[in-house]
Amino acid sequence: MDIPILEMISITKEFPGVKALDNVTFSVRKGEVHCLVGENGAGKSTLMKVLSGVHPFGTYSGEIFIEGELQKFNGIRDSEHAGIAIIYQELALIPELSVYENIFLGNEVTNGLVIDSNESISQAIDILKKVGLDVNPLTKIKNLGVGKQQLVEIAKALKKEVRILIMDEPTAALNETDSDNLLQLIRGLKEQGVTCILISHKLREVMEIADTITVLRDGKTVTTLDVQEDKVTEPVLIKHMVGRSIDNIFPKRGNVNIGEEVLRLEDWSGFSYALGRDILKNVNISVHAGEIVGIAGLMGSGRTELAKSIFGNPDHYRLSGKVFIKGVEQKFRNPHDAIKSSMAYVTEDRKGNGLILIDDVKHNISLANLQEITAGGVINENEEILVANKYRSELNIKTPSIQQKVRNLSGGNQQKVSLGKWLFVKPGIMILDEPTRGIDVGAKYEIYTIMNSLVEQGMSIIMISSELPEILGMSDRVYVMSAGKINGEMPVEEASQESIMALAVDY
Amino acid sequence: MEDLKQKTSEADREKSLLDIMKSNISEYFMFIALIVIMIFFSVTTDGVFISSRNISNLINQMGYIAVLAVGMTLIIVIRHIELSVGYLAGFLGAFSAIALTFWGWPIYAVIPAVMILGILAGMLTATPVAKLGVPAFVSTMAAGLIFRGALLLVTMGTGTIVIRDTVFNAIGNGFIPDLPLGGFLPGKHKLTLIIGLTGIIVSIYSAIKSRRTKLSYNFQVPSFGLFIAQLVLISGLIGYISWILSGYNGISWSLVILLLVVAVFQFITTKTPLGRHIYAVGGNPEAAELSGISVSKITYIVFAAMGMLSSLSGIMYASRLRSATTTAGLGFETDAIAAAFVGGVSAAGGVGTITGSIIGALVMMSLTSGMNLMNIDISIQYIVRGAVLVLAVVFDRITRRRQ
Repeated sequence: MDIPILEMISITKEFPGVKALDNVTFSVRKGEVHCLVGENGAGKSTLMKVLSGVHPFGTYSGEIFIEGELQKFNGIRDSEHAGIAIIYQELALIPELSVYENIFLGNEVTNGLVIDSNESISQAIDILKKVGLDVNPLTKIKNLGVGKQQLVEIAKALKKEVRILIMDEPTAALNETDSDNLLQLIRGLKEQGVTCILISHKLREVMEIADTITVLRDGKTVTTLDVQEDKVTEPVLIKHMVGRSIDNIFPKRGNVNIGEEVLRLEDWSGFSYALGRDILKNVNISVHAGEIVGIAGLMGSGRTELAKSIFGNPDHYRLSGKVFIKGVEQKFRNPHDAIKSSMAYVTEDRKGNGLILIDDVKHNISLANLQEITAGGVINENEEILVANKYRSELNIKTPSIQQKVRNLSGGNQQKVSLGKWLFVKPGIMILDEPTRGIDVGAKYEIYTIMNSLVEQGMSIIMISSELPEILGMSDRVYVMSAGKINGEMPVEEASQESIMALAVDY
Repeated sequence: MEDLKQKTSEADREKSLLDIMKSNISEYFMFIALIVIMIFFSVTTDGVFISSRNISNLINQMGYIAVLAVGMTLIIVIRHIELSVGYLAGFLGAFSAIALTFWGWPIYAVIPAVMILGILAGMLTATPVAKLGVPAFVSTMAAGLIFRGALLLVTMGTGTIVIRDTVFNAIGNGFIPDLPLGGFLPGKHKLTLIIGLTGIIVSIYSAIKSRRTKLSYNFQVPSFGLFIAQLVLISGLIGYISWILSGYNGISWSLVILLLVVAVFQFITTKTPLGRHIYAVGGNPEAAELSGISVSKITYIVFAAMGMLSSLSGIMYASRLRSATTTAGLGFETDAIAAAFVGGVSAAGGVGTITGSIIGALVMMSLTSGMNLMNIDISIQYIVRGAVLVLAVVFDRITRRRQ
């Protein structure tokens, strides 16, 4: 057999506290389309970042060979030099520049000092032909649709001699026609001898295009399958992706009586001006007192948007449909209104929009409910200390003092400060968005225990999570979202990792 | 083994005490720097700098910049900037002069009217920022051009407008009256001393009360010795300043206004939910919004406060010159921004105190005053002030990064 065009052997990459890649081996034959699949956080993107030099040589262990030659990339320039081009999920085009300017950005064609626009344009036309894009190279990027932008991105990658083209979720933002066109293009590139590595969640298109599929899970290679020989089917793939057992990582919950309905959404739809597309489509859900409702789905399926749209709509989506809290229709104008109606929202991004990192533990905990400790217009700072200390001990927040700046705490403890802040609001309905993302197993267990005790006290929890075991281990009922729609609803007893994943990847 | 454990834990304790000193150094550094600067000029000018007359002058010259610095602190805390305040102050000063001199309005109508105008101007400037996300740099620069034009427009016919209202002119030049106790402590302003004494008693009383409350909550308090040392230091400081001021004409009306402004804004920023909300918006606007705080409302409030303080600044300046001129307010915004940054405000948002900015204003004004007394050329003065500004900010960044 030929030497593989790419071989990554025993790649291990650690981040502080997490092993993102654990002894991963990945081998790609020349001229094939090789798909890389796995759950969110399985290590696909990290592996590609190691390959493209974003994580330079020396920050990982293991070896990379390209056509048998050992490679030591110190940065993206080096990997580009070796013929590797990578296209990220978020497009990296400059909207105000034209198609040809974007194609040559950073590698401008010059004659001496000045950009040679005529030469650039004529070269751009040739490259655009290769990707089958029929647009004027002088068109500004912002005037193109997402599908065409994706093609420009590929054209940009192809302007140099590319041996291996890596695409991270290229069809995630595309509609069906654009996706089909893109898959057609990938086939065309394959005929021209370009090797493609494709990261995708859409298993149907993976099955359609791949010659070989490698499955990653929890930073390890699970298996590499030859689509023809191994007769791969979707269920088989899903099993490999999620095949993990749930043992004793979820604390037992006491007896909880599920009470009356506290939240109901009717035909809830939303349009984002920022993204220029619909983010929620006719969502109907209901939540009862004492219930943990899990919302599963892949990244970008609209789960966070759903949470924010209910919680006072801070991102100003255009919404339609109805929200009922305890049977009464509510129209929240801002998060303040939602908080007043006994809602709380613990964000997925505690550093970005959850906590004030430069402020201390006690100020973060009291922030959303200052009126409770204010008398005569003045904050009672002594009461504030009592409140902060109460949540510090109840939630077991490990910090030298409540005067400690939140940015100095570990992820798990920051998450507990976030929880404390929202518990102080004394909510009836709590939305937890990825409550255990990026925190260690011990802290996870503690957070699950807290969630249990909250529902035992009659609170309702909506838990958004990408981790299927967590969804199965903690929820009473599960909704699965995909592309802004609720694709399915089931009691947790009827749900399995396979059934949820099948709904989540069904676009 | 046991021994070793004990030793390391002791080392930890010492290290943490050192850490506390380190983490506080950036907060006290400017205060220490101010004292060093004052001692330096006192020595180089043979004591003229620290004389009652000079300190009194210095405070009156600083007043109209310091009130702007208070507002600018909050503007920068919420991650914005205000470039129109100088021209707004100039325009509103001219407006006061016209209302007093040409329209014959009584002073008690002019001052509230001008303050309301200032608030409205601030809110108008804030609207593109709060509603549409226009950068404050642009919005306030545009507003500054407009106010400058307005100032030129209203002073076009007359040029400089002389103000003859003695009550108005006392704001920037007058002092509080003295008690008629002729024979007692000759040459000293008695009422100033009494106010100073009252200040000392009030601060001791409130410190004791706060300590008692903390103890009733069973909270840790500083040791008794440290507590007494703090009280002695604060009392000494108030006493010394009162003593110096009483040696000339006593407390000026400018100082009264400045102290009131500082007291009100210090109270709002440290004790009220509004103050917390301002710092939360500066620290992380998205998190603040999700915590139920309206970022646009806070933006309006802070710009309105800035507008109100601009009107005070304009009144104080016009009063000090006893006239409104076509160039009034020129460059005030730069001085206010410099004072805020020297005082430890961070452009990244969420960090900065009112008292810090007042100390910043004092540092900058002391430099000007001291160098004037030393007959240093204005060219060198600019260079020194620029160097001090950049050094203060660099020092602030380094100490913050170390943490």
